[in-house]
Parts: sequence; structure tokens; C-alpha cells
Amino acid sequence: MPVDKTTVAKIARLARIHVPDERQQAIATELNGILLWVDELNEVDTENIEPLASVTGHSLPMREDIVTDGDRIDEVLANVPASTGGFFVVPKVVE
Amino acid sequence: MADMLELGAVEARSALDTREISAVELTSAYIAAAEDTVGLNNYVALTAEHALEMAAASDARIAKGEAGLLEGVPIGVKDLFCTAGYTSTACSKILAGFTPTYESTVTANLWREGGVMLGKLNCDEFAMGSANETSAYGPAINPWQTADGADLVPGGSSGGSAAAVAARSALLATGTDTGGSIRQPAAFCGVVGLKPTYGRCSRWGIVAFASSLDQAGPFSRNVADNALLMQAMAGFDPKDSTSADVPLQDLSAALTRGVGGMKIGIPAEYVLDGMDPEVVTIWQQGQDWLRAAGAELVDISLPHTKYALPAYYIIAPAEASSNLARYDGVRYGKRVEAESLDEMYALTRAEGFGEEVQRRIMIGTYVLSAGYYDAYYLKAQRVRRLIRNDFETAFENVDAILTPATPSAAFPVGRKVDDPVTNFLNDVFTVPANLAGLPGMAVPAGINGDSLPLGLQLLARPFDEATLYAAGQVLEDAAGFVANPPRRAGGVS
Repeated sequence: MPVDKTTVAKIARLARIHVPDERQQAIATELNGILLWVDELNEVDTENIEPLASVTGHSLPMREDIVTDGDRIDEVLANVPASTGGFFVVPKVVE
Repeated sequence: MADMLELGAVEARSALDTREISAVELTSAYIAAAEDTVGLNNYVALTAEHALEMAAASDARIAKGEAGLLEGVPIGVKDLFCTAGYTSTACSKILAGFTPTYESTVTANLWREGGVMLGKLNCDEFAMGSANETSAYGPAINPWQTADGADLVPGGSSGGSAAAVAARSALLATGTDTGGSIRQPAAFCGVVGLKPTYGRCSRWGIVAFASSLDQAGPFSRNVADNALLMQAMAGFDPKDSTSADVPLQDLSAALTRGVGGMKIGIPAEYVLDGMDPEVVTIWQQGQDWLRAAGAELVDISLPHTKYALPAYYIIAPAEASSNLARYDGVRYGKRVEAESLDEMYALTRAEGFGEEVQRRIMIGTYVLSAGYYDAYYLKAQRVRRLIRNDFETAFENVDAILTPATPSAAFPVGRKVDDPVTNFLNDVFTVPANLAGLPGMAVPAGINGDSLPLGLQLLARPFDEATLYAAGQVLEDAAGFVANPPRRAGGVS
């Protein structure tokens, strides 16, 4: 089994999702089910095949390096859970 | 007019132009229909007052001879599209109450052409699901019913969009399709749904799920109406760097083109073990209809088809885990207060995201993590190239491909499945088009023994939506499908 309880705790930490201890084993079982199923891909010979990340066929367009938008503090903060003086407020990060 | 709800969008446009009906009358009828079918839970927000204002403005423009393509046509919008001043939540608790200050490009295009916004439609949370059962607002219900009267799913993720169009509570609707989220619900609800070529419709202002696969598209009750909505919503947008600067074909003209001389591929790999015999029959029926209309049917092979789903379930969660990192409780949306910043992130995301979304973020995080990136993520992207190559080879010899839209008809709400993989199989016929970036259309083709609709899927070359509308119209004419779901507005229950 590729994923055990410890791995789930590690993934949850990377994903910044709190997963209670008692849920970790159940999630490990689910993830293993999915990962065993996707292992089917190993049947495919992909030697010398380049990964395909985008189907657009065009490279990302360049534009002039100029300011086209801005000065929208009220709009940016319109849905904020907590703000003061035009800033986002978060729990203290430096003692 | 006695039954305004039975008019198609093209018909309604002409009745509006001749002043046989007014936009306010039509919109009022749809608002009443949405209220009448509230038990189907298709709308998560009905914007009646706004709709009536837009309709009044449409009537004024029609009077001045300034009508747009969609002038006065009432449209429902999947809750994944940002609509300025109206909640846009992706049907997730983490975006509860989120009210954008900007409008998505696609919806802005609709309003510019005179469309009337009826409200926001139910969908799977962050478009992750194939039954509309992961929505924070509860499941949307399909207006179709079997004899036992059980509630059926409308499919997903754009379940509310497909169900509302079928139930006559929206004349047209927008959806998005990352792995089948337009075509599968369209088939389950007996309506027409198009996933355009990747890049046709701007993704700007649409809540992102898997950015290399996501594409917006139209829902309607017939093929001609679908072409009308597509014509209005598509177009190049500099605000989306993957938007394609390729002129849209004349889709209305394509409707009368027919399939004479067209070569249509039938892929051997889409015949599955233990496939529902009624699905096999309708697929055969579709082939007969196209042949009778002058098309040449060609057996083709898409050898990597069986690997599309597992590749998709690596690529889509990987992109989702990255896209959904933005929901951190800092700038918008839900926040769970905590002592430290890290704890606030983790608690906010644990409470704000539903089970399926958490599962996909965790899978995505795992396949992108150090030591697994090559084995899973890059492997899946290599397989993705092989899948696209299969289609490129096939399209050297055929103009379109015909497949079933789904492996089954709609199933009951709350159907218990032991493992998540079973749910993924709903998208077995639709996922390859997303991986390859192709346009695909689901067209209702018949009714099964349980009185439920079954759909067919057409696929075409990139940027050749016109071929889908030409062949889709032929299928629609031959099928003579009558969509009268029992729980529609003004229906029997």
C-alpha cells in the first residue's frame, strides 16, 4: 500500500487541511484505492513521449509591461473576512 | 401566448422581435417556473428583481430596433461563474456569501447580447462530481422520473444547469466541462450540451478547477438554440492567456448543412464489457440515422482510451490542488479563527471544503509531492499526449466521431457506492475530449425502458464546432426526441 496513516498526515499538512487523527486511516484506504487504480498507467510504454501540459498549441502571449488595472482597494477588500486600514488581517506571525 | 415556456430560444427571439410576447412576460413566466420547481433544488439563487430589470431594458432595446443575439432570453448561470453583485460560491461552504465585484467574460458576453440573468444554478462543489451530490446546497434533482417516483440525479457537475433547462425553469443555461460536466448531465436530463474546443470560451472569472481542462459551454433544449448561445458566449479574450484567437464559424449556417459525404468514426474501444444493452442499441440507432442521412461510417481505433480516466484522475486533482490553494481564509470566503496562521489555514480548509474536494486536493498534493511527481504526474501527462495523438490520427480519416454520451441513464440520488472509482466511471466516454482539448456535443437520442433519456456524443477536430452542429441537427431530426420530463414546470407533478 503506497499510502499509510503517516503519509496521510504528511499530505494533509502539505495541503493545509486539518485531518483529525481518527480520520487518517479511512482516508489512507480511499487514497490507496485510487492510486492502485491509476497504476494501470504503468502498462503504457511512454518511452520518448513528451509530457503534454497544454493543448492550446500556442505559446503564452506577451503584452506590454504597463499597468492596466489597479487602485481598487475597496473592491479587493469587499469580501475580506477581516481587515483594518486597507490591509488583510491574519493571526500574529512574528512574536 | 398560452405556453411561453414551450418556445425554444430561437422561437422566443422571433416572438420577441414581432412583439408577440414581451421580454418582461417571458422572464416573469420563467421566474414563476423556477418557483414552481423549487423542489428540484436547481437554483441556488434566483435573482428575480434583477431579471425583471434586465427584461425591461431588453423590451426597450427591442422597441428601438437594437436587439442583441440573446435579447430578452432568460438564462440560468452555473454558480461557478462570477457575476458582479450576485453571490458566486461554486456551491462550496468556503465561498459562502462570496459576492464578486467583477463579471466573468462569458456572462458579460451574454448580457452584452441582451440575455436576461435568472439566477445561479446548482452544481457539484468546485465542479467536482458527476451527480451534483457534492454541492453544499444539497443535491439538484432531475425533472425526469422512473415509475417508482424516486428522486434521480441530474448528473454533474453542471447538474442544476441541465435540470433547469429540462424542467423549463431556464430557457438556456451556462455550464462548465472539465471531464464531462456539460455532456453527462445533458444526457441525463435529455437536453443538448456542448463542450467547446479548449480556448473557445474565456475562463476569466470562472472559478478554476483544472485549468488545462476547464471549458465553459451552452445548454439548451434543441441544437439550434445551443448554436445561438454558443455564438454569444464564445470569443477571444486577452484576459485568459489560453484563449484562442480563432474566429468562430457560422454555427447557424451549419445547422442546415447535413452530413452528406461526412465521414464519421465509430471507435472500437468505446464498446465496454457489460455495457447497458439499451446504450448499445441507441448508439447503433445513431449510426443508422447518420448513414441514412448520407454519412459514411468508418471503424476507427483510439487505442489509449482505457487510460484516459486514470490519467484524468491524476492531472485534474493535481491542477485542483494548486488552484484551490487560494482558499486560505485571508482574502475572501470563510475563515475559522485560530491562534496561528497555519492553524487558521488548516481549520478553514477542513471546515470549508467538502469530502470529495478534500479527497481530490489530497490526491493532487500527493502526486505532485517530491518523489512521486515523475511516477504519477509526468506519467499521466505522457499518456495524455498519446490520447491526443490517437485522436489526431483518427481525424486524418474522419470528420467526426460518434459515441454514447454516458454508460447508463440517470441513477437515484443517494445511491451508495463503496469506492470513489465507481463514481468516476460516469465520465468514461467524455473525459478523453477534455484531455485532447476537442469539442464534444451531447444530443438526446431516445428514452430507455425506464422512461429516462439517453444521449449520444459527437466529437470533432479542434475549432470545428460547426461539424458538431451539422451532425447534431441530423441526429435531433432523426431521433424526434420529445423532452417532457414529468417534473417540469407545468408538468404532472
